[in-house]
Amino acid sequence: MRYLIALILCCLAQGVWAQDWEDQRLFPGASATTSLRIISSTDTDLFAPLIETFVSGNPDVSIEYFVTGTADIDRRFREIPDAFDIAISSAMDLQLKLTNDGYALALDNVPHPDWAEWRQSLFAFTAEPAAIVINRAAFAGVPIPQSRQELIEALRARPEVFRGRIGTYDVRRSGLGYLFATQDARASETFWRLMEVMGGLDARLYCCSGDMIDDLTLGKIAVAYNVLGSYAEARAESQNVLEIVLPSDFPTTMMRTAFVSKASRQPAAAERFIRYLVSYQSNPADGVRSLPSLQESEAGSKRAAIALEPALMTFLDTLKRNKFLTEWEDALIQD
Amino acid sequence: MTDSVAVSGSLRNRLMLTLIGGAAILALLVFFAVRNYAVQLAQEGQDNILAASATSMLDAATFRDGVVELDLPYSAFSMLSTAADDQVFYAIRQDGAFLSGYADLPFSESQMFQTDQVRGSDVRKISVSRTLIGANSRTEIQVVLAQTQDALSETLDRISRNAALLGIGFFALAAALSFWATAATIGQLGNLTTSVTRRGPQDLSPFAKPVPREMAPLVTSLNSLMGRLDQSLSQSEDFIAEAAHRVRTPLATVRSYAEATLQRVDKEENREAMRSMVKAIDESSRAAGQLLDHAMITFRADHLELEDIDFVDLVHDLVQRMTPIAEMKDLTLTLKGDARAPFSGDPVLVQNAVRNLIDNAMKYGPRESSIEIEVTAKDRPQVTVSDQGPGFPTDEIEILTARFQRGANATDTIGSGLGLTIARDVAAAHGGEVVLKNQTGGGACVTLSL
Repeated sequence: MRYLIALILCCLAQGVWAQDWEDQRLFPGASATTSLRIISSTDTDLFAPLIETFVSGNPDVSIEYFVTGTADIDRRFREIPDAFDIAISSAMDLQLKLTNDGYALALDNVPHPDWAEWRQSLFAFTAEPAAIVINRAAFAGVPIPQSRQELIEALRARPEVFRGRIGTYDVRRSGLGYLFATQDARASETFWRLMEVMGGLDARLYCCSGDMIDDLTLGKIAVAYNVLGSYAEARAESQNVLEIVLPSDFPTTMMRTAFVSKASRQPAAAERFIRYLVSYQSNPADGVRSLPSLQESEAGSKRAAIALEPALMTFLDTLKRNKFLTEWEDALIQD
Repeated sequence: MTDSVAVSGSLRNRLMLTLIGGAAILALLVFFAVRNYAVQLAQEGQDNILAASATSMLDAATFRDGVVELDLPYSAFSMLSTAADDQVFYAIRQDGAFLSGYADLPFSESQMFQTDQVRGSDVRKISVSRTLIGANSRTEIQVVLAQTQDALSETLDRISRNAALLGIGFFALAAALSFWATAATIGQLGNLTTSVTRRGPQDLSPFAKPVPREMAPLVTSLNSLMGRLDQSLSQSEDFIAEAAHRVRTPLATVRSYAEATLQRVDKEENREAMRSMVKAIDESSRAAGQLLDHAMITFRADHLELEDIDFVDLVHDLVQRMTPIAEMKDLTLTLKGDARAPFSGDPVLVQNAVRNLIDNAMKYGPRESSIEIEVTAKDRPQVTVSDQGPGFPTDEIEILTARFQRGANATDTIGSGLGLTIARDVAAAHGGEVVLKNQTGGGACVTLSL
């Protein structure tokens, strides 16, 4: 009886634990003495090659990799700062605020360009533009829109095709979606018009890029706005179906960032991982990356990434956020 | 003369210490002044940016239907970006009630700018407020904005480093300048010392070279001291000359009486006494003569009158005049050497000097010997007088030209000890010298070159 209870409890715990995460995986080191816990918003498939290379080079470290949404990372980290050694997220604003609030450990002399780090604590290691991803089938015989303005016109031209078949982030749930939306809104009024058009066509809201691309590949939706192009490119099976458009009017480029928790119990190993991550992503010469490297954004200066600066905290202000979400809901949710 | 002077401290060291010490104090003052000013400026800079940012936040506040809205401008935080990635904290309150931002950031009613601690970091904090007036109510919005001072302290470090470099540079320059100034000042004293040292033994004329004003009293005193010295010296020379002159004439009279008496006295012991008397009178007379000569030479050497003359003629003339005296002592004078030796000098002095040399040779040369006088004009005119006497005592050869100095082996010969001194002074007045030697075959050899 006792065994049964234990078994049930065990299964239950496992179930609860498993349900808590979008994904989780253990990368055991060959002779591991320390274990790093990484909380990340990056899909395991994209990050796995990188971790595997690290673990094979550092057999004394094994890595537990947990995947969850960007907003969730922020929440969990603030609740229990010592639960994880490293936080990796695509929501630059949340990461910057965590660093500003003193959750990140400063690492000395990490060789990294000044624009790609903040307080020597928060390190950017990818540059990923937000893209309009299109299912080619929906645009057969019609020119594919290259900018937001053209997208607005294309949606208005054939509302019957796109009604209920447009996807974008639910900025209330997704930190990255909120970052993209706020940066878009800063850059141009076109964003609000696009939101209104999308709202008029009953746009579907998603929590994550992955789901959006899934539906796009299946043809459930025809257009996804502000998706990470890198995710779409990573799907081999969708190569023929999807068209990735980087809007030509103005780019919104996010940098994935990582930091070591100040409360980390393995600061030395965590620092080693960050140094490895930064140098691995800074040298695109030695082989193909599953994640876009930082250098690509540096080369194309037009696609300047969102700057890592305190101004990122502006839209995280409660008053500001409430105001923005109200406007966003007014535009997009027209019941 | 070479007694060490009592020395107390060093003028050079004192001057250097004062100058370098002053420079060090000034350098420190420069460092602190620059640094303090920079700190003030840097702090003002940060305060200004904080004020601008906080004001832009306040300006974004609106009050509508009793509800405050604050649409935080992106630029408010953007302008707080620093090279050192300073942390930013803020809090927005309405009538003291927390609205958004960091709840643990208190508003200060009294002080607009404060240096404070937030979450373990030193921050500069600004507290500003604004009253919003609605349709029938009013409310106060308070904004607290804080920024860490990493960039500021980096700037200060840089400025401090530069200020320190400035101070060190200033000090080095000032130290080098004080070295130079000290050397230049002390150099004037050195110059004076050199010109005093370089003077000839007889030169007591006043200093004519211009000296710095501060040294004028010293040089004036020195000049007047030397003037008095010169005067008293010449007085004593005059006195000696006068005394010698006064003594010589009566001595000649006494000598002639003594000679006459000697002829008339028969008793051998009386004759012996008379001879001693004549000998003593000769000695006195000769000494008086030489004292006169010496006084004359001292005078003439100071006011040298140069004439173009032939040295050989001069010596030849002298030898002719002295031959009778030499024959009385059964000595032969032989003159040889070059046919002509033209030179420019004072004939009276030179003749006197050579006569003293021949005189000496005749005094010490044994009877029936010969004295050789050789005049040459190779590089400079010189005369060598050699006799066959006992020569100079080797251990005294250096000091024999000094006044009243006589050789140890000359005690039984008449002499004052002034002969060689006269020869030396004459040679020196003409820029020449007197060299004493002993011949290998015996006998003294004196060379006077001009």
